[in-house]
Amino acid sequence: MQIFTKAFWLQLSSPKVFYPVAGKLAPWFAIAAAILFVIGLYVGFFVAPPDYQQKDSYRIMFIHVPLAWMAMFVYIVMCGYAAIGLIWKTRLSTMMASALAPTGAMLTFLGLWTGALWGKPTWGAYWVWDARLTSFLILLFLYMGYMALENAIDDPQRASRASALLGLVGIVNIPIIYFSVKWWNTLHQGMSVSTSGISMEPSMKIAMFTLAFAVWFYTIAIALTRVRSIILERERHAAWVVDLAKAGGR
Amino acid sequence: MIEAMRWMLWREIALAMRRKTEVLTTLFFFIIVVSLFPLGVGPEKETLSQIAPGVLWVAALLASMLSLNRLYAEDYLDGTLEQFLLGAQPLALLVFSKILAHWLLTGLPLVLMSPVLGMQLGLDVDSILLMALTLLIGTPALSLIGSVGAGLTLGVRGGGVLLALLVLPLYIPVLIFGSGAVDAARTGVGADAHLSILGAISVLAALLAPWASAAALRISLD
Repeated sequence: MQIFTKAFWLQLSSPKVFYPVAGKLAPWFAIAAAILFVIGLYVGFFVAPPDYQQKDSYRIMFIHVPLAWMAMFVYIVMCGYAAIGLIWKTRLSTMMASALAPTGAMLTFLGLWTGALWGKPTWGAYWVWDARLTSFLILLFLYMGYMALENAIDDPQRASRASALLGLVGIVNIPIIYFSVKWWNTLHQGMSVSTSGISMEPSMKIAMFTLAFAVWFYTIAIALTRVRSIILERERHAAWVVDLAKAGGR
Repeated sequence: MIEAMRWMLWREIALAMRRKTEVLTTLFFFIIVVSLFPLGVGPEKETLSQIAPGVLWVAALLASMLSLNRLYAEDYLDGTLEQFLLGAQPLALLVFSKILAHWLLTGLPLVLMSPVLGMQLGLDVDSILLMALTLLIGTPALSLIGSVGAGLTLGVRGGGVLLALLVLPLYIPVLIFGSGAVDAARTGVGADAHLSILGAISVLAALLAPWASAAALRISLD
């Protein structure tokens, strides 16, 4: 089988090969994300029982927690791509990093927003200066700095390498976010999902993980779509892009 | 190699000594920012001594950040930096010397000035000494982390504001543990843990930041 050879996977790192592949894959991830969103939201809002303490207000957790997970995960993946691009000078990796940054920033912002809406009924305030909230705010700043630096430099090569380095420096922040719960014992409740045992109803678990996958697939679909635009923009002088434009962009 | 590092250190200090205003500007910026707080918050001694550690640390953060662009900017403009890149000496070590000089010229004066300002804000003697100690341990990390940002924004449009956006989020852990130490000592928990973590951050930054800065400079001068 062609798919099991190393060469097949390596040729995907060429923007020319990856451009049509991304175009074929993106709709499938978008459809999968939409289906999972519907299932996850239905289970979360109608099947899962109300919490004995927080009543129905806890249900925002089904959106908040997947967003927050994904926001951190995207940062790590983005920095991974950035590092690959910095080390092996592969063009597509830096493009993927640029494509992920705006989605990551949006997820972080929505994570903070839904967290604020959850905080009001639970703690009585939209915002508390607790360690986890604060480090999430810092994550938003890091995304903003990453994008600002990339946009401030005109040469795309230099821009992607500079922002890649910044991302690698900023990734020091991710462990701080993750362990801040243990470091500072504050208002924020402990982690709902732990490896030793999950303190939730099965239907709650289903809703949360379904939505986690929904957000994940959504991110993939958006990143693939965005990377196609970035490929066209940065490779606009390449012969295959010119041919593509002449053929009507198909 | 050690020779080159020492030479770089002396060169930086000699250059700064010929233009003392730059060093003094940073120090006076620090003093002015701290003096603004009593005017803004009110002269109640209770409140002031309560917020003093945070105020001093935020002011130190800003002062250190604003002095960052003189770390590489002039050497970049007159082409000296390119010679360092091409030279036989490891760039990271030269960068380390530059950062050390930057700290001696901007960080250390802040540490020395902080007891006076702490007194102004009504801190007691123990807190003042502890405050100065946290600044002594913490400010090197500010110069180290900041040098990466300074390297990345070299010759970039709107570099100053961009530098703030890049560097200030990375300063936050230093701020938390620096100002937290005094609060911890006040509540009787003891500041040892905070001082240890602050020291750890500085040591880690000293280990990694010169290499990252060197990489940033290579990217900027590509």
